[in-house]
Amino acid sequence: MALHHTLTQDKLQYQVDHGHLEKSEPNKFRSGELRTEEMIINIGPQHPSTHGVLRLEVLSDGEVVKEVVPHIGYLHRCFEKHAENLPYNQIIPFVDRLDYVAAMNCEHAYVMGVEKMLGLHGQLPKRVEYSRVLVAELNRIASHLVAIGTYGLDLGAFTPFFWIMRDREHILRMLEWTCGARLLYNYIWIGGLFYDLPVGFEEKAREFIQYFQPKLNELEKLLVENKIFIDRTADVGVLPLDLAINAGVTGPMLRASGLRFDLRRVDAYSVYPELEFDIPIGEGRMGTIGDCWDRTWVRLQEMRESCKIINQCVDRLLSDHKRTREFDPQALVPKKIRPTKQDIYVRAENPKGELGFFFRADGKSDVPFRCKVRSCSFVNLSVLPEISRGALMADLIAILGSIDIVLGEVDR
Amino acid sequence: MRDMEDQLRSILTPIAQHPFHAVTDSAPYTLQLNAQDVTRICRVLQQHDQLYFDQLSCITGLDNGPEVNTLEVIYHLYSIPFNRSLALRVVLPREAPELESVASLWKSANWLEREVFDMYGIHFTGHPDLRRILMPADWEGFPLRKDYQHQEMYHGVTVKY
Repeated sequence: MALHHTLTQDKLQYQVDHGHLEKSEPNKFRSGELRTEEMIINIGPQHPSTHGVLRLEVLSDGEVVKEVVPHIGYLHRCFEKHAENLPYNQIIPFVDRLDYVAAMNCEHAYVMGVEKMLGLHGQLPKRVEYSRVLVAELNRIASHLVAIGTYGLDLGAFTPFFWIMRDREHILRMLEWTCGARLLYNYIWIGGLFYDLPVGFEEKAREFIQYFQPKLNELEKLLVENKIFIDRTADVGVLPLDLAINAGVTGPMLRASGLRFDLRRVDAYSVYPELEFDIPIGEGRMGTIGDCWDRTWVRLQEMRESCKIINQCVDRLLSDHKRTREFDPQALVPKKIRPTKQDIYVRAENPKGELGFFFRADGKSDVPFRCKVRSCSFVNLSVLPEISRGALMADLIAILGSIDIVLGEVDR
Repeated sequence: MRDMEDQLRSILTPIAQHPFHAVTDSAPYTLQLNAQDVTRICRVLQQHDQLYFDQLSCITGLDNGPEVNTLEVIYHLYSIPFNRSLALRVVLPREAPELESVASLWKSANWLEREVFDMYGIHFTGHPDLRRILMPADWEGFPLRKDYQHQEMYHGVTVKY
């Protein structure tokens, strides 16, 4: 026993020293300065309901949350530093790893930015644009499914999670068919696509939508209209519209607070102006506008809208912009990507909100001088302390789940 | 674009205490400001009923490297009712950079400024809670500066991978 102990001691790289913990200041509040009734409760970073490596420092009074301090950075992978050392086309796989449950949408936003810098935007073949929107909307459905399913799991509903995983699997397999990867695709390239859609993809997408729409009704009945679910989410974590705008909240969260604002409509990028879809907003049906229930409901309705978009994309991909032998999705992919000297900020509607990219090109090199990600999860998460003050501990989990964060994007 | 330029100039000129100018090769439309004017101008941009930039989307820090010896902070604003974007650019020295916080105007600035502080060491005065956000508090140096060298060891762990 003693021998074993010394052996492992020698191999240990990390020596435990309690002084280290003090120096890195893991907590904002100090236990010595609390009032008698207050207590610090630590949630995470290895807790299933924090949806990844997020740590919440909760100052509580009994079961009431007085203050929440999110501590992030556990998944910080230096995206922006990497991006300053890589050519534009080689950054795309890193972009996938931002929001890894909606990688197609991230790629789409990034690629649009670089194309704008190169002056390529608006020149791409319509087939490329429709294929991009098709895969991005499929990925949006997959992302919302994960959001709703894991949210149910947070609140104790186990069955919907299996149902959504079953349906999401169809999407992942279809996206795997396009490019060979299940989650991190590198499918959308600057100036085009990696490949054209596989033969028969359009028909499969339509078949999936036919299969999926009734499943959405089932999900709505099983989870969203469930009495227990409504009791747990209605009137909980209400985010008023003025606070939402002031705090920079975007995406389904902003729409759930009652503003009909969707960048796909407002900025009218890609082929979205040619497609018909509605923008669902929170109406406070079960409680107040902007509560957790509204956020879930908006996500569910957005999946229905995505189904509509996918059907229209499939129609056009099978009629006006049909597959031909001569079609080369890489025809406009530049051999050398060297934008002129400029600053640019582009944004796009991701499943979680506004994903923005800021680039500075110096005009002399193939790598960006600066590439900044305005991540939607990061900004949306920053509103958590505001909306969970005074909530119960159990509701804090409900509020966090309804924000729908992906830590890969929060920490980058 | 022309209209916006004239409008901004007429509204902001009486308020700014230092000259400001438009930046070329930049989208969306960008104004370069003096660091001391930032909060003053931001307050007007947010509250003026013809501008009403109610959303602060992004704050970007940027290092021009030791030769140029400047840092930059870029604010991206968006007005939901007018559907307009605007960027503000501020140039700061690399030694002891300081800037007034806009967190009292837009709540989104809270975390975004913390990130700029963490990565570039720009101190935002008047910020409600200026702590490092992605890196631990005792990390040495500011990782996104161009001349950043990481430390050898952190708490007994080799940093180099």
